Amino acid sequence: MIRDYTLFIGPNHPGIHGNFSVKLQLEGDTIVSAKGDSGYLHRGFEKLMEHRLYLQNLALIPRICVPEPDINEAVYAMAIEELMGIEVPERAKYIRTIILEAARVNAYLFSLGGFGAMIGIYTLMQWSVGDRDYMLDLFSKLTGARIYHMYIWPGGVRRDFPSGFEEELLGWVRYIKDRLSDYDNLFFKNSLFVDRTKGVAKITDEEALNSGVTGPNLKATGVMQDVRIDEPYAAYPYLDFKIPVLSEGDAWARTIQRRMELELSLNLIEQAVKKMPKKGPVTVKIPNPFKWRIPKGEAYAKVESSRGEYGFYFVSDGGTKPYRVYVRGVSMPHMYPLAERLLIEANLSDAPMIIESLDICPPEIDK
Amino acid sequence: MDKKDFEKSSLIAPLSAVKFLFKKPHTIQYPKEQKPVPERFRGFHINDLEKCIGCGNCRDICPCAAITMIDPKEFHLVKPIEGTTYLRPRIDYGRCSYCGLCVEICPTGSLNLSKDLIYTSQDADSFIWIPSLKEKREQGFVQSDEITPLMLNKIEMPELEPGVRKKTFEELILGFSEEQAAREAARCLGCGICMQGCPAHMKIPEYIQAIFDGDYRLSVKYMLEDNALPGICGRICTHKCQDDCVYNYKGDAIQIMWLKRFATDAIRDYSTAKPYKLQKTNKRVAIVGSGPSGLSAAYYLALMGHSVTVFEKGPLPGGSLGLGIPMYRLPVYEIDKEVDNIKNLGVEFRLNTEVGKDVLFKDLVDNFLAIYIGVGLSYGRAINLKGEDHPDVIQAIDFLRQVKIEGRRDIPRRVIVIGGGNVAMDVARTVVRLQEMEYGSVGTLVQAVSLEDWDIMPASKEEIEGAMAEGVVFNPGWGPKEVSLNEKGNIKGLLIKKVKSVFDEMGMFSPTYDEEIVNFIEGEYIIEAVGQMPDLSFIPEELMKELKFTPRRKLWVDEYGETSLGGVFAGGDLVETSLGNAISAIANGHRASIGIDAFFKER
Repeated sequence: MIRDYTLFIGPNHPGIHGNFSVKLQLEGDTIVSAKGDSGYLHRGFEKLMEHRLYLQNLALIPRICVPEPDINEAVYAMAIEELMGIEVPERAKYIRTIILEAARVNAYLFSLGGFGAMIGIYTLMQWSVGDRDYMLDLFSKLTGARIYHMYIWPGGVRRDFPSGFEEELLGWVRYIKDRLSDYDNLFFKNSLFVDRTKGVAKITDEEALNSGVTGPNLKATGVMQDVRIDEPYAAYPYLDFKIPVLSEGDAWARTIQRRMELELSLNLIEQAVKKMPKKGPVTVKIPNPFKWRIPKGEAYAKVESSRGEYGFYFVSDGGTKPYRVYVRGVSMPHMYPLAERLLIEANLSDAPMIIESLDICPPEIDK
Repeated sequence: MDKKDFEKSSLIAPLSAVKFLFKKPHTIQYPKEQKPVPERFRGFHINDLEKCIGCGNCRDICPCAAITMIDPKEFHLVKPIEGTTYLRPRIDYGRCSYCGLCVEICPTGSLNLSKDLIYTSQDADSFIWIPSLKEKREQGFVQSDEITPLMLNKIEMPELEPGVRKKTFEELILGFSEEQAAREAARCLGCGICMQGCPAHMKIPEYIQAIFDGDYRLSVKYMLEDNALPGICGRICTHKCQDDCVYNYKGDAIQIMWLKRFATDAIRDYSTAKPYKLQKTNKRVAIVGSGPSGLSAAYYLALMGHSVTVFEKGPLPGGSLGLGIPMYRLPVYEIDKEVDNIKNLGVEFRLNTEVGKDVLFKDLVDNFLAIYIGVGLSYGRAINLKGEDHPDVIQAIDFLRQVKIEGRRDIPRRVIVIGGGNVAMDVARTVVRLQEMEYGSVGTLVQAVSLEDWDIMPASKEEIEGAMAEGVVFNPGWGPKEVSLNEKGNIKGLLIKKVKSVFDEMGMFSPTYDEEIVNFIEGEYIIEAVGQMPDLSFIPEELMKELKFTPRRKLWVDEYGETSLGGVFAGGDLVETSLGNAISAIANGHRASIGIDAFFKER
C-alpha cells in the first residue's frame, strides 16, 4: 500500500469544474488532509470594474460566473438602483424574476449533470446539459446570446419579450417538468446515488451557520434561510411560494434539496408569467453612459443564486466609474474551510463527489 | 414531490432510461441541419458606411477596446460632408464581446449586429475588419427607438413670453439654471464632431464636461483658448456646432451656445479663469476697428505679451456687436464685460478716433510694427430700387444704430423690412418692440420681404420662429420692384415681384424674377437689410494699389490673415474666409494674432 502521498485534483481534471486545484494528502485511499489551491482563475474582475464606465461593466460582469451569469447582472443593477433611488418598472421586475429562475434551473441542471458524472452516471449529464440547451436557445431569442446575456441593466431590462416568448418559455417549463420523473428514476431514486451519498460529508446547522454557508447547502441542514423570502427583490414579493427544507445535512440531502428547488423554480416561472403585467415599460430611461454618475454612497445588493447568497458590495465616490466593488462569491465559504474539512477522512473516490455536492463553483472563489 | 418520495431507492428504476436508446438525440447534425438564428442574435457587425458619420462613440463605449476608428482608403477620396469624418469603425473580433453597446450608442443608427457569428481563418489578422453592408449579413440585434441610452430631448430654454417680450428690450432668453445646465451638459456624448462646425474650433466637449463637473471656471478657461468673446458668442453665435451635433439624427442637438452662455454668466471676472500669459515684449500692434475680430486679435496679442492699441471710430467698443445687435439679444453690459476682460490685459482703447481722419493710416504704419484691419462691413448696401432715395427708406445698420446708441423711439405704424437674413430679423423684431411701446400694437404691421423662400431663408430658425411669434408677417419668395408713393409724396407701400430663382447653376447669388406677377404691400416706412459693404477709404491710394482682392471683391489674405502688404493683417467680414458671422470673425482675429506673432519672430 502506498502510504503518505500527495495528490492533486485539478487544475485540469474532470473531477473539478474550472481551473481550481485541491491538494490532497493521502494515506492509502483515505484523505488525511485537503488544501484548496486557488489562483488559477483569478481575472481581477473587482479591479477591472473600477476602470470601466457603469454601462461598460455590463459586458464584463456576467463573466464572473459561467453557469449562472444572470445573477451578476441582477446584483449589479440592484446596487446601482439602490444608490440612485430608482424604482424599476413592474414588468421589468417580473422579467428579471423569470430570467433569474430560468438561470437557476439551468445552473441546477448543469451541476446535477456534474454530480452524475462524479459518481459515474454519465447519462444524467448528457440529459441535463441537453435540456439546459433548450433554455439557452430561448435566452438567445430573448437577449441575443446564449450564455452572456448582458440583458438586465440598471433600471430594468434591455429589451421587452419578443412576441410569443411567454408560450415558448412555458413550453420549456412543461417539458422539464415532464422530464423530472425520468431524472428521478435514473438518478435521485437510484440506489447507486443514495448509497454513496447518505451520511457522507455531513454538516450540522450550527457549523453551517458559523462558517457562512448559504443556499441549498444550508437549507439541507434544516435552516430556512433564503434571500427570496428574507429580503425579497425583483417580483418575489408578489409571488406565492414555500421553499422546501431538508434536515440531514449530508450529500444526499443537499442534492435532494436542489432537486426540490428545481421544481419550485419551474413553478415560480409559471406563476410569474401568469401574474406579469401584459404591457408597460421594461426599463426606466438610462442616462448617457459617458456622463453617468452614481451618487456617493455604498450599497450591498444580494440575490439568492442557485448556490446561495450572492452579492455585490458597491461603493461609489460620485464619479462615472465604481470606486470599489466587492463580489461575495457564494462558494468561497463552501470551499474554505468547509470542503477542506469534509474531505478529511473521506475516501479518495468520494472526493470529487463531495466537492460537487457542495456545488462549488471555482470562478466564485477566484474572481 | 416531497422529500419522502426520495427516501426509497431502487436499482431497477434507472433501467427505465434504456427506452431513450430508441429516441431521437438532442444534438442536430450540423452543418447539414441548422438551428434557426433568433431575431435579436448578436453576431458580427453591419455598418452602413454611407450613413455612418465616423463620430467614434462606438469606440468610446466599447468595453473591450475592440473598435478603432480608421480611415478606409475608399472613403478618403469622397468629398467630406459637413459634420462627418473620414473615419469608420474597424472591429477586432479577437476582442469583441458582442455586447451590442456600440449599437445602443450609435447616434445615426448605422451600426447594427448581424445573425452571423461564424468565420474561420488561419490568419489571425483577418479577424480585424471594417464592417459594411458589402458582406450582406442578415440583420440581428438592432437599435431600439424606445430603449436607448441616448438622451434625445433637449432641456427647453426658458424665455420671455411673446406678449411680454414685445413690450421690452430686455433680454428675451432667460438662461439656464444650474440644474438645467447640468442636465443639458449630461446629454453630451463628448465625441467632438461639433468642433469641426465651429469656425474657431472651440474645445466644445471639454468645456461641456467642465460644466457637467460644475467647474465653470475651467469651462471658461477652455473657451478662452479659442474664443476671446465667449459671453457674446453664448448669446448671438450662429452656432454651426449645433448643426453638426450627432443628436440631430434622432433628436435635438445639444444646446452648446446656451451652455456657453451659462458658464460665462457664472464667472463674472474672466481673469479668475487664469489664462496663460507670456512676458511683455514691447512690440506694438495697432488694431483698426473694435469689432469681434479686432477684439479677438487684441486679446490674443495681449496674451502673447505685445502692446496693443485699438482704434475705434464710435463712442463704444464692440463694432457690429455693439451697434448692430439689438439689446434684447445682446445687452450692452455683456459687451462691456468682455471688453473689460481685454482691457485688464493692458490693451489700450482709443475711442472716437477714426483712422484716416483723426489719425492717419500712414502714421500707424510708421509707429506700429504690425497693423490689423478689422473694420468689417460698416455701410449698408443699396439695392438700386426705384424710389430708394426717399427719406423714409433707411438702411438696417443705420436704423439699428439709431435705436441702440442714439435712443431712437419713433416709428411709423406700418413698416416693411426688405431682407431674409438675421439682420432683417433683428430689424423686424426691433420695430415690433418700438411699435408696441408707442402704439400698444393697435393697427401696427411689420412685413418682411425676402427673395429666398422658407427653405433657403438665411436667417436662423430660432430667429424666424421668434419673429413670427411676435407677429412679423413674412413674404418669402418676393423681390422689391418699386417704392410706391402717394400724391403727397409719402410712401404708401412697396411693389414686389415674384422670384423665379435666387441662385444660378454655379450656386452664385443671381436672382431672376417673373416680372409679370406683381403684388403690393402697404407700409409707410421701408428698412433695407440686404447686406453691407466695407469702407476702406482710410487706406492711402498708393497702399491701396498694392492690396490684393479676391474675385468676389473681398480682401485677399493668406492663411494667417496677412494681406499683400507686409505687416498689415486683416480679418472679419472684410476677408473671404469669414462666413459673415461673429464667430468666424473671432476665429480670423485669433489666426491673425498667431500670424502677427510669427511675423515678429521672423523679423
